[in-house]
Amino acid sequence: MDLHALTIHDAHELLKNKKISAKELVSSVIDRIETVDPVVDAYITITKEIALAQAEIADKTISSGKMKKLTGIPIAIKDLICTKGVPTTCASKILENFTPPYDATVMEKLNAAGAVMVGKVNMDEFAMGSSTENSGIKITKNPWEQSRVPGGSSGGSAAAVAADMCLGALGSDTGGSIRQPASHCGVVGVKPTYGRVSRFGLVAFASSLDQIGPLTKDVRDAAILLNAISGYDAKDSTSVDTDTPDYHALLSDDVKGLKIGIPKEYHTTKGVSADVLSAVQNAMAVFKNAGAKLVDISLPHAQYAIAAYYLIAPAEASSNLARYDGVKYGLRDSGPGGLIDMYKNTRSIGFGPEVQRRILLGTYALSAGYYDAYYKKASQIRTLIKRDFMRAFDACDLILAPVAPTPAFKIGENIDDPLNMYLTDIFTLSANLAGIPGLSVPCGFSESGLPIGLQLMGTYFDEQRILNAAYFFEQATDFHHKKPRLKIL
Amino acid sequence: MKISKQEVLHVAGLARLNIDEAMIDMFAGQLGDILEYVETLDRLDTTDIPPTFHAVDISNAFREDRIKQHLDKNEAVKNAPEEEDGHFIVPKVIE
Amino acid sequence: MEFEPVIGLEVHAQLKTNTKIFCSCSTKFGADPNTHVCPVCLGMPGVLPVLNKTVVEYAMRMALATDCTIAHQSRFARKNYFYPDLPKGYQISQYELPIAEHGHVNITMEDGTKKRIGITRIHMEEDAGKLIHDPTRPVSRVDFNRTGTPLIEIVSEPDIRSPEEAGAYLRQVRSILRYLGISDGNMEEGSFRCDANVSIRPRGTEPFGTRAELKNLNSFKYVESAIAYEIKRQKMVIGDGGDVVQETRLWDSAGNRSISMRGKEEAHDYRYFPDPDLVPLVIDDEWIESVRKRLPELPEARKARFLDEYALPEYDADILTSAKELADYFEDCAKEVENPKIVSNWVMGTLLGLLNAEGKSIEESPVSPAQLAELLILIETSVISGKIAKTVFDEMVKSGKAAKAIVEEKGLVQVTDESAIEAVVDQVIDANPAEVEKFKAGNAKLMGFFVGQVMRETKGKANPQIVNKLLKKKLG
Repeated sequence: MDLHALTIHDAHELLKNKKISAKELVSSVIDRIETVDPVVDAYITITKEIALAQAEIADKTISSGKMKKLTGIPIAIKDLICTKGVPTTCASKILENFTPPYDATVMEKLNAAGAVMVGKVNMDEFAMGSSTENSGIKITKNPWEQSRVPGGSSGGSAAAVAADMCLGALGSDTGGSIRQPASHCGVVGVKPTYGRVSRFGLVAFASSLDQIGPLTKDVRDAAILLNAISGYDAKDSTSVDTDTPDYHALLSDDVKGLKIGIPKEYHTTKGVSADVLSAVQNAMAVFKNAGAKLVDISLPHAQYAIAAYYLIAPAEASSNLARYDGVKYGLRDSGPGGLIDMYKNTRSIGFGPEVQRRILLGTYALSAGYYDAYYKKASQIRTLIKRDFMRAFDACDLILAPVAPTPAFKIGENIDDPLNMYLTDIFTLSANLAGIPGLSVPCGFSESGLPIGLQLMGTYFDEQRILNAAYFFEQATDFHHKKPRLKIL
Repeated sequence: MKISKQEVLHVAGLARLNIDEAMIDMFAGQLGDILEYVETLDRLDTTDIPPTFHAVDISNAFREDRIKQHLDKNEAVKNAPEEEDGHFIVPKVIE
Repeated sequence: MEFEPVIGLEVHAQLKTNTKIFCSCSTKFGADPNTHVCPVCLGMPGVLPVLNKTVVEYAMRMALATDCTIAHQSRFARKNYFYPDLPKGYQISQYELPIAEHGHVNITMEDGTKKRIGITRIHMEEDAGKLIHDPTRPVSRVDFNRTGTPLIEIVSEPDIRSPEEAGAYLRQVRSILRYLGISDGNMEEGSFRCDANVSIRPRGTEPFGTRAELKNLNSFKYVESAIAYEIKRQKMVIGDGGDVVQETRLWDSAGNRSISMRGKEEAHDYRYFPDPDLVPLVIDDEWIESVRKRLPELPEARKARFLDEYALPEYDADILTSAKELADYFEDCAKEVENPKIVSNWVMGTLLGLLNAEGKSIEESPVSPAQLAELLILIETSVISGKIAKTVFDEMVKSGKAAKAIVEEKGLVQVTDESAIEAVVDQVIDANPAEVEKFKAGNAKLMGFFVGQVMRETKGKANPQIVNKLLKKKLG
């Protein structure tokens, strides 16, 4: 049995019944990483010693009868999440040598749940990008076809899950950065409601949009992992004090009578590949056949989401990234010039072009004379987009849409055209602007065998409903059983 | 609305970034394209629409005025590029 | 053409909460560098701010004490700029929606004229760290202990018209802060800072002239000097046919002049926007009322009460209520003593004289209110004279002993036995016939001589009133 190929819930059963040990499980995953990652390049840091030590502790916990659902389960962590004593680079040269003296709240929760961290995975630098090509460290390949991108910014997380190099991973989503790579890599990815999961320890990109979420092999695993990381955190002022349902225990596959909104603005042929269209259409049919009702809805301001997002996110990012100045941690370019030169040289060498571009854009959007026309205007559009969703949820229980307009594109295809790259976020951005939860679940393959994901969005704090719908769909199909065939050298 | 080279340089200065000649043109072009795209927002009349600065409606997140554990002195400066007697060392501003 | 100065003052006061505004680090001064820090105030990647509720309460107290309107909804904003003592590359402050607006402070000038100075706004923000320039190498050292210490910024309306008014305003603001117990208000220690905006305009006109911002004003004296200098400088510029330039000027106390920073400073574009990591602050009427109920008596009210309850002259009431601790001292002493005026005289005169000479504050007084009261009661009950009391006081300070004990030990009890005094008076009159002649001839000043002689003979212990009475009777 290839232990690394297990799901979290299957591995849990085997561990509980003492059929396998945590050490065996973790060793299998580490071996898999060492074999496969030279081809996929998902990992920035492999925490082998820590993982094996945590596995040993897990085995003791299991023997004592106190195990939890994640005890001994190997998880990969996006390198944007602070891990105490373990380098956290955000895939940037400017933080290449940074080791945080503290854990993100989600890490404290995973540790308390007995999970095992196998490593930190690759991403677009500071989460800025949709392909992981903007990483300042390496390019991650899509396990399904290694000449293609895994998506971004949580490309490493998605690729690691898809290639069985972990049983689950944490990523972050600011404009689609969990859902889109999940879609491109054929795995499940969930962006929770804003405020559901603590952001303390998540290196900030766009503070009012960022959320941490799980990437997993199936929906049950996503429910388990989401449960483990959710909850109010007093260290995060934007964290919401509301109860977290036991997503896993409450999973249900009954969709009879479920009203599924189909936004007319999203179900367009413009720019969307035929493969994606047909996969999504087929998915709609699966729901309909099981008794769900497809309801036409409208999100009239959908077309403005990209413009609003690409003003708000860079503006907040330009401020969040000002702390990377070579003074307290990270890279410093100690040239002969004085302080100002140190700032400029450090930041120009330390940040890649996409990060610099967004900092420039964001600084511009906030600068004197432009604040009203850009940042404030975009924030007003945000209100309109929010209202669109509130109105839509009066007419339906959840919303169905594509995740990305095409399957994974080739490495290098979009890198010289940033605007073009931004336009591919069209289906995912709005959920971040509004703060509502959304997920991607595998719903088909392109003609050439590339994965396609289906997006389900729910109203505030309604993760259970979209998880249930995704669970139903997954169980009614077999897309989640397919695995990439990796060409290992 | 295109962005001029002067504006790119000005914004780069505000953001403490060095942009060399070759990059200025590229950034000016790319930023110009993005800003032109963003102008679509002008089509929308947003008078009287309140801006949304927070995704969810929370207010009054407080903490009590109680001292908690400080960072260990060594931890604070551990990642420092340059450090001396517990201080962070930086180059002076050159006049 | 006559010009009138237009002055506005920005005060930053450090609040004396236990912890910083956005993290739980101690605000206590004097720790080793970078030991009162945590990932949050160091601006490490991934950290988030959480607002200290006591900071809000303190800001509300100041708002109520200055008659400001407290905003039902206020917000925090980021002020973005780069400097080594600013770890996040932005300061969390308040911009469009401050916690309080539209208040005022009443000031009384030295000549008694009263004036009202408006307060435009009060807002909360975080302090930066400390940057120390190395004198020998081209480097600076940064200590982040102070980063995140809570500040309130108090902005006055440009209602101030002279350096003296500026001084009076600052003293009143500081007094209120100290009465409220929310700040030490100490300019030398940095818990009270002031910048001044100065411009001039032709008297009788409305439009404001171009203003200069004065910084590096480290004491009340420097504030007044710098403002006076700036008014003169601007008048000279205009007199020479030039225009006043908008600029920042640093006060050079050693050279008694201000230095232009023009050209050295960059036009700052702070790119303010609402901080996405902090949620709106909602203050309801109930909360405001509960803070209002718990406000201590403020200087103005206390002064009015002193005038009323203790029947003190305005001059006395002003001085005694100028600092809360002084007013407290006075009242603690006066509650034991019959006549409040004697307390006020002794506190303002003898006690403050001693404290000022030794550079001590009222809290450091070697004589407690109760101990002083004991002494003053001895005067009131005629046990000792006022003059003797002064020597007793000096002994109290030196030895730490109580007044009664000293009087007994040194046998300083006043002689009030008329017949005993009369005997001495007779003795003195007999011993100084020439002076008696001169006095009777019309030299009234010699009364002092005779009193002095009697006092000398009785070693100062004769009751002066009785001495005077008897001398008058006998000499006519």
